Amino acid sequence: MSSLLAAASFDVPTIEYGQLSPMLIIFGVAVLSLLVEAFAPRGSRRPIQLVLVFAGLAAAFAAVVMIRGTQHIAAMGSVAVDGPALFMQGAILVLAFIAALVMAERQVDPLGDAFAPRASALPGSTDEIAFTRLGWLQTEVWPLFLFSVGGMLLFPASADLLTMFVALEVVSLPLYIMAGLARRRRLLSQEAALKYFVLGAFSSAFFLYGTALFYGYAGSVDLSAISDALTANAGSMWLVITATGLVSVGLLFKIGAVPFHQWTPDVYQGSPTPVTGFMAACTKIAAFGALLRIMYVALGGIRWDWRPMMYVIAALTMIVGTLFALTQTDMKRMLAYSSIAQAGFMLVGVIATNQAGLSGTMVYLVAYGIATIGAFAIVTLVRDSTGEASHLSQWAGLGRKAPIVASAFALFLLAFAGIPLTSGFTGKFAVFTAGIAGGATPVVIIGLVASAVAAFFYVRVIVLMFFNEPTSDDGVSVVVPSGFTTLAITISVALTLVIGLVPQLILDLANQAGLFIR
Amino acid sequence: MGEVYLPILVLGILGAAFAVFSVAAPSIIGPRRYNRARLDAYECGIDPTPQPIGGGRFPIKYYLTAMLFIVFDIEIVFLYPFAVAFDQLRLFGLIEMAVFIVTVLAVYAYVWRRGGLEWD
Repeated sequence: MSSLLAAASFDVPTIEYGQLSPMLIIFGVAVLSLLVEAFAPRGSRRPIQLVLVFAGLAAAFAAVVMIRGTQHIAAMGSVAVDGPALFMQGAILVLAFIAALVMAERQVDPLGDAFAPRASALPGSTDEIAFTRLGWLQTEVWPLFLFSVGGMLLFPASADLLTMFVALEVVSLPLYIMAGLARRRRLLSQEAALKYFVLGAFSSAFFLYGTALFYGYAGSVDLSAISDALTANAGSMWLVITATGLVSVGLLFKIGAVPFHQWTPDVYQGSPTPVTGFMAACTKIAAFGALLRIMYVALGGIRWDWRPMMYVIAALTMIVGTLFALTQTDMKRMLAYSSIAQAGFMLVGVIATNQAGLSGTMVYLVAYGIATIGAFAIVTLVRDSTGEASHLSQWAGLGRKAPIVASAFALFLLAFAGIPLTSGFTGKFAVFTAGIAGGATPVVIIGLVASAVAAFFYVRVIVLMFFNEPTSDDGVSVVVPSGFTTLAITISVALTLVIGLVPQLILDLANQAGLFIR
Repeated sequence: MGEVYLPILVLGILGAAFAVFSVAAPSIIGPRRYNRARLDAYECGIDPTPQPIGGGRFPIKYYLTAMLFIVFDIEIVFLYPFAVAFDQLRLFGLIEMAVFIVTVLAVYAYVWRRGGLEWD
């Protein structure tokens, strides 16, 4: 009873609505978008949703630009609005904008957009055929997309582990559903959704258990309070190490680092390709943002204890991602393993634990994200009569059939490989120099070797497209998309070139972002 | 140290005692008129036996109803502390609760418009 009485007088909490405005805008628009689904007539839903989504993303980006330079822990210590958080929020919003353009495409598939006409209809049933003939669209994908983007904005800005967990779930739950919405190859898509859901829920539990152990150690889930407790050497080191391991498992799963990468190829392959692009680019930024914040803010003081673990994981991720990508015969699976290898390169920036590591990882994330969305956008264009022609052999001679599209794809592959004058080189250079400065030279050497091997399978695809004869009459053609995908690919190509040719622009921006606040 | 956890122990004992009492009391003082329906296991109104081949499927409606129940249940859980302290929370409490209730209402409107409240 006494505790109840003591609670009778308290300070009224405050929330800095202005500093949280990017997230509030996205979540507000997401609720509006849900109401559109409820009240707008079926035919007018898609145009209204598209206006809402693009206006919302633009408004949120404007809000990020307006509050740049803020250094404040808002919402009673639960959301850190600082340079890195705002940089990553801006990056997520730009990439989500490009991804939304690809998702909005309706011209490449003669049956409609990339999503099932009605997700609840059984695959291959007469219902499904009827809904397809009626031209129905599952416009619920837009509110799901917006909620996921909102969670991604919160994820790298979370200043305590509980907020981070909520953000993790807000990111993931809509993605699980979106992964299962593909119009073609629906069983594969539903299998991907189920795998992603089960493994994702499992890894969330790891994260939550780690959070509980940190609370047991520090008496708080606040990142800066955990850091203070570590400085004061408050309790059992085994508790901290177990907690660090468990929380890392949760985040490394989202990142797709080995040995928590098993879901990546299946989910990337099964999901509707525009969603794969969105998921691969934006989830990775958000999850790396969260991982960087935990490792730098809460656990920076014990980096000598967690670095060996990260050494092993980064090396394994680079090696496994690269070697398995070599053996893939499916374009989407190859890009999935390539994204695993890329995650390994980015982990070098996490290991560096210095400002260059932070800004380098952020630059790498942006460069990788742009090229990823662009590459998956092009995968949606190469089709035969059954949908996307994602087998590698079907891409043979693409350079003759569609030189512009193949050139754009080659540019993205070169960016993945880290060839100079593309964005990938800027990212790799920034991360590897930070790694050497941070004393992680052995991992950097593994990274350089892995990059060289990875370059082989990227270049192999380029050779396949430009120097191989097309298989005659396999029915594969490059579809001419509407303005949506064209714009998305154009923006991706332009940004990949700009970051590669004038790297100082983004490097300065990332350096100005500074360090995390405590 | 030990007395901090005493209330938890007491709560555990009370919980166990209530469970034992609820099962034991009816079997001692209740009337014994058995018929087939009474002897059946209770499974939310579903015929428990015989199970259909392959374990059977539950209609998705159960899931939907259960989830809606949880949503409104949790809403009430949050409304109680607000009702107790709304005067001290001032404008902040009003804004936050308005945001919360509008969000739940939006979901409710969606469920209602899309036929989630109709059983058949």
